[in-house]
This record gives sequence, C-alpha cells and structure tokens, in this order.
Amino acid sequence: MRILIKIIIFLILIPSKSFGLIEVDITRGNLDPLPIAVSPLSIDENSRQNFEKILKKGNIGNEISKIIEINLKTSGLFNPLNKDAFLQAPDIANLKPRFEDWNLIKAQALITGKVSYLDEKLRVEFRLWDVLAGKEMVALAFTTVPTNWRRVGHIITDKVYQRLTGEKGYFDTRIIYVAEEGPKTKRIKKLAIMDQDGANNKFLTLGNELVLTPRFNPTSQMVTYLSYFRNLPRVYLLDIETGTQEVVGDFPGMTFAPRFSPDGKKIIMSFAKDGNSEIYTMDLENRIVEKITNHPSIDTSPSFSPDGKFICFNSDRSGYQQIYVMRSDGSKVKRISFGKGLYGTPVWSPRGDLIAFTKLHKGKFYIGVMRTDGSGERLLTENFYQEAPSWSPNGRVLIFYRETKTDDKGEGFSAKLWSIDLTGYNERMVKTPTDASDPSWSSLLSN
Amino acid sequence: MKLNKILKNTLLIVFACFALSACATSKKTSGQMQGDVYTGTDSVEYLASGVPDRVFFATNESVLTTASRETLRKQAAYLRKNSKITIVLEGHADERGTREYNLALGERRANAAKDYLMTYGISSNRISVLSYGKERPVDSGSNPLAWSKNRRSVTVKAN
Repeated sequence: MRILIKIIIFLILIPSKSFGLIEVDITRGNLDPLPIAVSPLSIDENSRQNFEKILKKGNIGNEISKIIEINLKTSGLFNPLNKDAFLQAPDIANLKPRFEDWNLIKAQALITGKVSYLDEKLRVEFRLWDVLAGKEMVALAFTTVPTNWRRVGHIITDKVYQRLTGEKGYFDTRIIYVAEEGPKTKRIKKLAIMDQDGANNKFLTLGNELVLTPRFNPTSQMVTYLSYFRNLPRVYLLDIETGTQEVVGDFPGMTFAPRFSPDGKKIIMSFAKDGNSEIYTMDLENRIVEKITNHPSIDTSPSFSPDGKFICFNSDRSGYQQIYVMRSDGSKVKRISFGKGLYGTPVWSPRGDLIAFTKLHKGKFYIGVMRTDGSGERLLTENFYQEAPSWSPNGRVLIFYRETKTDDKGEGFSAKLWSIDLTGYNERMVKTPTDASDPSWSSLLSN
Repeated sequence: MKLNKILKNTLLIVFACFALSACATSKKTSGQMQGDVYTGTDSVEYLASGVPDRVFFATNESVLTTASRETLRKQAAYLRKNSKITIVLEGHADERGTREYNLALGERRANAAKDYLMTYGISSNRISVLSYGKERPVDSGSNPLAWSKNRRSVTVKAN
C-alpha cells in the first residue's frame, strides 16, 4: 500500500479569506445541520472513459461527490440536499452558479467541481460557494494518481469542514482496530486498518496469536500494540508500510497498554511483574527505558498530554480504579476523578483541554470527558458495556467499542465500533466487516 | 473508609441471605457463589485426583479465599511429590472491566496464587505467570454467576 503518496496541491486559486458569512457552530450539539448542496463533480467524456478503464467506476466525478456527501452527513453538522432537486448542470454550476436556483432549494453552501484525466493522473478542482452572499469561499485543485480518488473526496471534505467550522477536519484519516471473530471463549483477533469511512479495510495479522490495543504513532505510519506471540504478552511496534514488526524493550514479563508520545519518539506502557504494574517509557531512538511510576498498586493505561509535559493514567492506589495525572517524569501525582464509580482508560485530547475516559457505575458503562484537573465531568453515552475512547485528530469526535449482553445460553455476543461527538450528539455505529474493538484514530494523512 | 467496609460487609450478608433465600425458588445457580466468589465445580479440571486446577476471586479482588488456599495447598503437595512438573499460572478477569486494567488484575491474581504456592515450598523457577485479562472467559454468559467463574487463576502443567 502506498500511504505517503503525496497529493500535490499545485494551484491555489484563492486563499480562503474569512468574511464570516456562513459558519457552523461545533461547540454545542448541532440540531440544525447546515443545508449544503454537493453538485456532482463534472467530467468530460474522454476523461470519463479513461477513468472507467483504470478504476472500473462509471463516473468518478459522481463517486467523489458521494464520498464528500457521506462524510458531511456523518459529521452531523451538515445536511447534504437531495440531488434530484438540483436545477443547474454540474459543469455550468462549477463555472458560475446561479445562486437563485440554489437558494430556492434552501442550500446555504454549494460545492462544485471538475474532474479530468491529465498525463495519466487524476486532476480535481473544487469550489465552495456561499449561496446567500453569492461568493466563492474556497477554490482548490489537486493532482494525484487515479487510485487515490477516495482520498481526494476526504481531502475536499476536510477543506470544506475547515472553512465552515474554523477547525481542521478528520476525514482524510484511518482507523486501526482489532477485528474479532468466533465464540466469546475462543475469540480470534486480528489487527485491521480501514479508512475513517470504513473503506479499504485490510487485515494486518493472520489471527494466529491474540492481539490487543493497537495505537497509531501521531507522526508516522507506525503502530504499537500488544501481541501474545509465543504466549508472551509483549508490546510490539509495527510499520504498516513495510509490515516489519519488533518487540519493544527487553522486559522480563508482560508489557501492555502501549501508546506513543505526541512527538512519536517514545512509547509509554505498563510492565507487570510480581503482581505489580508500573508505567515505563522507552525512547525509540536510543532505547533508553525509564520507570515513571513507583507504587505497589496497578498503574496502567498511560496517555501523554499533547505538549508532552504531563501523563494521565489509571491506578487503583486508592483501592479502586481512578484517574491520575502526573508530570512526565513521574512527579506530582494527583488523583483527578472523584465522581461515583470506577474510572479507566483516560486519553488526553489532542486539543489538550480534556481527558476522555470510561466509567463504571452501578453496572453501567459510560464514555465521558472531564477537564484535566478533573472538573466539569460530562458523560456522553451509557450502555451495558463500552470502553476505550480514542480522539479524532481535531478532538471533536470520539470512537470507542461497545459489547452486547449475551442471552441465557451465552449467545448473541457482538462487539462493534461506535462514534460520538464531544457534544454527546451524533452517536453512530461505524461499520466493519467483522466484529471490532480497540479502535485508534490516526492523525490527518495530509494537511 | 471504615463505614464503607461496614456497609460492604452488610451488603455481603444481605447478598448471602438473598442467595440463600433464592435457593428455595431458583434452581442450580444459587449455592454456587459465596459473596460473589464462585464455589461450584463447573469448568473446574483436576491436576490429579482431588487436586482442582483453579481458584476463584471476588470482583476487583486478588485476595485468596479460605477455599482457594485449600486448593493451592493441595496443588503444592502434588507439585512437591512430582518435582519435575513446571506450571503456568493463568490469571483471568471477568468482562466487566476495562481491558488494560484487567490485564494487570489477571497478573495480580496469578501472582497471588504463585506467592501462596511458594510459601508451601514450590520454587519460583517452576512457576511462570501469564495474564489473559478478560480475553479467555470459560463461561460466555453475561450474568453474575458466569462472571464469578471467569474471575480465576488456573494452574496449567507446562511440561
């Protein structure tokens, strides 16, 4: 797989200057999504035929606009309008939209564009229009290899999202997770990776050994995870471009709960020995291992703050599972979770202001967020079983997994990925070909 | 904290009473748990005649019960007689906890069993420890009885 195929933005027609015309507020639950028209990207007959030959897709312009439409709808912030109501042909709309027509169907924003086949490459230009003001807001063109067509749809969505919300998008991203099959007592687990919208699903391991908790390096295409290879639970490093794997560190026992530091240069994880789990870091360049916690209780699930200065983690030193924050050298340990119930899996938001967690209270599991000092706890969703939130790179969406209760015969078990907005709205299942757990969201692949 | 303990004990007693009174009405499941520790023999295998292979734990606990200690003393006696056998202690947790914490908890439970075997004369170099967390339940049920069977440390012969 070619992951780092650069998409060249070679032409910036108009640098987006803010006039503050239409804006989408993403700080609260959006119950009134912005009506937007995604006009199919126009394509000339010659290009259409070329792409049909290469990609086996009828009309690549339509296909790309469908990706944009689904992305926008899934975000919960936009309401893509039905194409049947569009009055203007795609090619003409891209030149100069007749704003009265788009206004008539209540579109507040309009996306138009053009696809062409140029020197064996895919060239896509798109424009975002403010319908009410009758103005162009963004215009960009990309050239890339034809097989990258889905990513072009995601990148366009990211640009539109960024222009209309003022924050970076999360559509040109991927999810790594654990694919699950088989009965609960003999579950087979494989590492799998897919695009954020579920396309291009791929299994990375064969299922011969148990694998758990994969996590992306925020700066590269590396993944760290736990594997029971040869029945020795150890933290591994996997390069998803080359497929090479290696054990992290030389510990005389189980290492688990790995995560990268924000600069991608260290792995932080737990090492369990003699009934005591402590948190360690290992520098991937010089292999220096540092012990961070020192306490006879369980210390696990560490996660760095985005500036690398602090670590949040899970400990039962108070008697039960709670969330703690310390400096990255292990000093100044402070408990921050004080609500009712048990708290686990703390993950620092990429924006730095919040910590997402799993909470168990009175037999129910919750995904929630709190400020980094523990104040302002907000529970987003309640269920029989769910855990392990992972942040979208812009810190606006959480993905996690949820398991169902089995029936009297112990049957009917399933595990699925779900996502929810930080606002607590827009909860939806993320479709995967098999059962799934332990999702981890990548950074934006391009900017 | 003290008040909590008292409350907890009261709850355990109430629970035990409930479990006992439930005997009359519901079948089988009752009488297989004390507090929330499994006391039945479902899923239990034997290292040798009269030597059960596993011990069970209360929710979030790694403390050995009286019955667990008795089982482990039998295992220790068996292992002393068969000095060539090496073992793996496999620690497990139920599904009602986060994955990573449960990996640590399984390790802690297996080590509780290991420490006890060592005090009864089994050398630590005959014992290795492996935590499965909540990954390998024996009972796929989503109910307190199934969970109690899954909170366990199992002694497995390694050779």
